Amino acid sequence: MSTLEIKDLEVSVETEDGPKQILKGVTLTIKDGETHAIMGPNGSGKSTLAYSIAGHPKYTVTGGTVTLDGEDVLAMSVDERARAGLFLAMQYPVEVPGVSVANFLRTAKTAIDGEAPKLRTWVKDVNQALGDLDLDPTFSQRSVNEGFSGGEKKRHEIAQLELLDPKVAILDETDSGLDIDALKVVSEGVNRFRARDAKGVLLITHYTRILRYIEPDFVHVFVAGRVAESGGPELAEELEANGYERFLSAQAAV
Amino acid sequence: MTAVADALELDRVESHLNPPASYDLADHPVPTGREEVWRFTPIKRLRGILDGEASDACLDWETTIPEGVSLTTVSAAEAREIGELAPNERPAALAAELSGGAALLDVPADFEADEPIVIRLTGSSVDDLVWGQLVYRIGAHARVTIVLVHSGSARYSAIQSFLVGDGAQVNILSLQDWEDDAVHLGRDAIRVGRDASVKHTSISFGGDVVRMHANVEYAGPGGEAELLGLYFADAGQHLEHRLFADHTAPKTKSNVVYKGALQGEGAHTVWIGNVLIRKVAEGIETYEENRNLVLTDGCQADSVPNLEIETGEIEGAGHASATARFDDEQLFYLRSRGVSEKEAQRLVVHGFFNDLIRKVGIPSIEEQLLRTVEAELAKNVLKELA
Ligand SMILES: Nc1ncnc2c1ncn2[C@@H]1O[C@H](COP(=O)(O)OP(=O)(O)OP(=O)(O)O)[C@@H](O)[C@H]1O
Ligand SMILES: [Mg+2]
Repeated sequence: MSTLEIKDLEVSVETEDGPKQILKGVTLTIKDGETHAIMGPNGSGKSTLAYSIAGHPKYTVTGGTVTLDGEDVLAMSVDERARAGLFLAMQYPVEVPGVSVANFLRTAKTAIDGEAPKLRTWVKDVNQALGDLDLDPTFSQRSVNEGFSGGEKKRHEIAQLELLDPKVAILDETDSGLDIDALKVVSEGVNRFRARDAKGVLLITHYTRILRYIEPDFVHVFVAGRVAESGGPELAEELEANGYERFLSAQAAV
Repeated sequence: MTAVADALELDRVESHLNPPASYDLADHPVPTGREEVWRFTPIKRLRGILDGEASDACLDWETTIPEGVSLTTVSAAEAREIGELAPNERPAALAAELSGGAALLDVPADFEADEPIVIRLTGSSVDDLVWGQLVYRIGAHARVTIVLVHSGSARYSAIQSFLVGDGAQVNILSLQDWEDDAVHLGRDAIRVGRDASVKHTSISFGGDVVRMHANVEYAGPGGEAELLGLYFADAGQHLEHRLFADHTAPKTKSNVVYKGALQGEGAHTVWIGNVLIRKVAEGIETYEENRNLVLTDGCQADSVPNLEIETGEIEGAGHASATARFDDEQLFYLRSRGVSEKEAQRLVVHGFFNDLIRKVGIPSIEEQLLRTVEAELAKNVLKELA
């Protein structure tokens, strides 16, 4: 059982003119085995939601709650959240010069499991995970994300997802910047993860095309820092046909 | 006269960055601390070295010298005849004057060895004032690695000259791993032969005040010098590295990369990277880079690249200097994968030094360096982890 529950979440960022509110009361519940897609225009606050759940220091939570299986996520440090079972595939993965992918993955796996992985099977697992995402084994000797192409960075995020095996994965525009082949490879990775027992996925995206490969159970339209409408996969089809126009004008009317 | 000799320019130049070389102590008056070349150095903490008292104290020598290579003692006059590179500052001039003779390491032409030549110099007390004078003569086309390790404690001022023959390949490493109270003023000068390639790595961990020069000049075209450095300053430590790449011949290269970390109240590092491209030095390439990682409050990293260009015909010249604290985005990324804050910091510092340590090119030392970086981190950044 794992449930990520977001209630009335309000978040602001520090700007030159003082704090600016980005999230204006977000409520979402992701249960076991569910995949939720969040779709919204640029600047609507999708990444803010993802980063706030992961605990990025730039964002200040000013109201609401986030719990994972009843535990207060907001009270946890960034690394405690990851160890509690949250994973964020970032829209812009960060380069860490001089730290090899192999060292990084082993350190992360050890931190999450509370013990070092068995050496022999681990090397095999890493090569398998990289290979599944079309990254050749030499990637494990390269510095984390350094000099990776945009697509390689995204595939590396999903390789981490499969290796670290969290309870709930938040994927922030993992599909953007991928060509169609890479999109398939990444989607297959996410689907392998979803096929495991009791995994939740929050899939943030801009485009409907990834939803052809990863079928969501719920679709939420995200506008101006809150969920404007929720529905099933058919909502994505409507967005595909009509865009965000209806939601933006509704927002303007408020 | 050959065309090559014609194309050399070894005259004194009015470089405002570097006082001209001279054995005459009158040319190197006792500094006040206001001079350009002394303004970063805490002169009061040099424990009177600059007064130039005579002393016959020595460091303890322990050497690994392969067959075919000789280590002998020569007089100061002989050292000059061999081509010792003259001092360009007072401590080096004092060392040349007061050492009572130079150690001469002679590597014959065409000599090749995979195992490094190792010289371990150990001091027993900071009360000892030691003047050092060493000349390394590396014959044409020789290929050697020279490792110099300083440890223990002393007040040590040394002038070292590396005379690298044509076509030779030399890898020099000087490790300053002193006790906390040591003071070390070192001047390494390298003359790079025609088509020779030299790597010089200076690594400073220990000592109260360490001030090292690494100077390069070229005896002919085609010479390459790679000057690497790594330092880790703790609370109260002053670690200073002064580089001078003097492009005295055409088609020569210099590549400087120094990286440092600082932690603890009063940790101070200085990096001065001077490059002079003389009129004759057409078609040269030079690049210098200094990066500092400030791990705690209360530290100061000074970093000054200087490029003086007297010819327009250069292949490439550039420099970079940056001093930064931990990158929040890097730490966030690592922590979002479950890695604790301290462990994330440890990874980032290792990463910061890793590529440099890999460039040193002496496997036996690389291991040791990684361990020393780890031990340094344990003193401060990782203290709560222990
Ligand atoms: N430091 C800041 N100062 C001012 N505004 C900020 C700051 N940081 C973020 N914002 C604003 O917050 C809003 C939400 O940004 P966020 O990155 O969450 O959007 P997004 O929905 O992920 O957009 P995209 O689809 O482009 O990735 C944007 O309007 C952005 O400009
Ligand atoms: Mg975004």
